[in-house]
Amino acid sequence: MLTKRIIPCLDVKDGRVVKGVQFIDLNDVGDPVELASYYDEQGADELVLLDISASLEGRKTMIDVVRAVASELTIPFTVGGGINDLEDIKSLLRAGADKVSLNTAAVNNPNLISEGARFWGTQCIVVAIDAKFDKQLGSWVVYIHGGKKQTRLEVAQWAREVVMRGAGEILLTSMDQDGAKNGFDIALTKYVSEATSVPVIASGGAGEAEHFQEVFLKGRANAALAASIFHYKETSVIEVKDYLRRAGVHVR
Amino acid sequence: MIGIIDYGMGNLFSIRKALERLDVEHFISDDKRALMHASGLILPGVGSFKKAMVHLNQLGFTEMVKQYAEQGKPLLGICLGMQLLFERSDENGHTTGLGLLPGKVRRLDHSLAYKVPHMGWNNLYYARPSRILSELDEDFVYFVHAYYVDTDDPDVMIASCHYGIEVPAIVGKKNIIGMQFHPEKSGQLGIKLLRNFTEVVVGRGKAV
Repeated sequence: MLTKRIIPCLDVKDGRVVKGVQFIDLNDVGDPVELASYYDEQGADELVLLDISASLEGRKTMIDVVRAVASELTIPFTVGGGINDLEDIKSLLRAGADKVSLNTAAVNNPNLISEGARFWGTQCIVVAIDAKFDKQLGSWVVYIHGGKKQTRLEVAQWAREVVMRGAGEILLTSMDQDGAKNGFDIALTKYVSEATSVPVIASGGAGEAEHFQEVFLKGRANAALAASIFHYKETSVIEVKDYLRRAGVHVR
Repeated sequence: MIGIIDYGMGNLFSIRKALERLDVEHFISDDKRALMHASGLILPGVGSFKKAMVHLNQLGFTEMVKQYAEQGKPLLGICLGMQLLFERSDENGHTTGLGLLPGKVRRLDHSLAYKVPHMGWNNLYYARPSRILSELDEDFVYFVHAYYVDTDDPDVMIASCHYGIEVPAIVGKKNIIGMQFHPEKSGQLGIKLLRNFTEVVVGRGKAV
C-alpha cells in the first residue's frame, strides 16, 4: 500500500534556509545541506527546496545548493521558486533535482507546464498553487508572486487545467492557514484533491502531529508539507510518523 | 566497470551519486563501443516511452542493447528504462520496445483512492528468491510512474507492490533485470538493491 508522505520544506534565500511566517518576517535557520541530510535520516519521504532569493546572484547560488543537496540525499527532492523557462528547469534537473515546482511562471505562461512535461515527463513537473478564500466568490482564488498578487483563477479550475497540461503533482498552499500553526486547510485540500487525478501535497498550517492525520484522512491529501515546526524542532518527522502509525495512517 | 547509457532521457546525476556512494567503478557514455565493453549496463530513463524509443532507435542504441543482452552480460533498466525492456507500450498510441522481456506497458487507471502518477513510497513484496534480493528484507521503495508492465509470464515477476492492482516492481530473466521504482532514490533498500546488482556484475552471473 502506498504511504502518505511527510515533506519538510526548506525556504532558501541566497544559499541559506529561512522560513517566513505568512510570507513575511524571515529568520535564518540554517544550512540547506545539513538540514536536508538531517531530514533524510529522520525518515522524511521527500524534500522541497524553495528558492526565495530576489537577486540574480541568489538564483545562481541555488544551482550549487541543489547540487550539494542532491549529492547527500537518498530520497527524492523538488526545487521551486524563480523558475521562468525551460532552461531554468533543465539546469535544476541537471544539478540533481528530481522534480521542479512551477508557480507564478505556470500562471503567466501555462505552456511552460505542457512543454516541461513533454520534455522531461509529467513526473517531474509539480505545479505549486497558493490559494486564499474569497468570500465574494465563495471559493478559493489563486495568488502569484509569493502571495502578493491576486489572479482571477478559481483554484479547482486552475488545478484541473494544470493537470490537463501535464502537471504530475500539485503543491497546494493555503494562504489563510500558512504560518498560523492551527492545522491545514481541510476544506481547500479536499476540494482540490477531489477535483484532480494527480497527487496533492497539502501545505500551510501544520502545528502538530494531529494536523497531519486530519489532512490525510479528512482532506484526502496524498502528502503533507511543513517547514517551521520541523526546523524549530517543535516536533520531528519521527514523532509525526509515530503518531500517524498509531492513528492507523499508513506511513513509511 | 558499469556503463550508464546516456541517450538524453534520464536523470543520471542521482544514479551516478548512488554508485559513487557504493564505491563502484562506472562511467556515463553515449559511445556504443565503450558501452559494449562494460561488464554491466544500466538503462535509465524518465519521461515518455515513445520519445525514449525514438532516441534509442535514432542513436543506434536499440540494436546495441539487444546485442549486449544476448551476450549474457547483466543489464539493469530503471523506471522507464525497465518498461523499455518489454515488447510494446500503449503510451501515445502503439510503440515497439526492446522486446527483451515478454509483456506490454499500459496506463494505470486513476481514482480518488489511486491517483496517477503512482507517486511515493510503497511496500515491496518479494515474489520469489533471486540474487538481486539476496539478504534483503521487504521494505519501502520510491515509485513515480503512470504506466505499468502487464505480463502473462509469471517467471518474470521478482517483486511487486499493490496500487489498486498488483504492479510489477522488480522483473527479470537470466541476465536482464528491471526496477519500476527508483533504487537511487529509495533510501537504504534502494542502495542495497543497486549493490546486489553490482555484485552480480562482478560475479558475471545471472541477475535473476
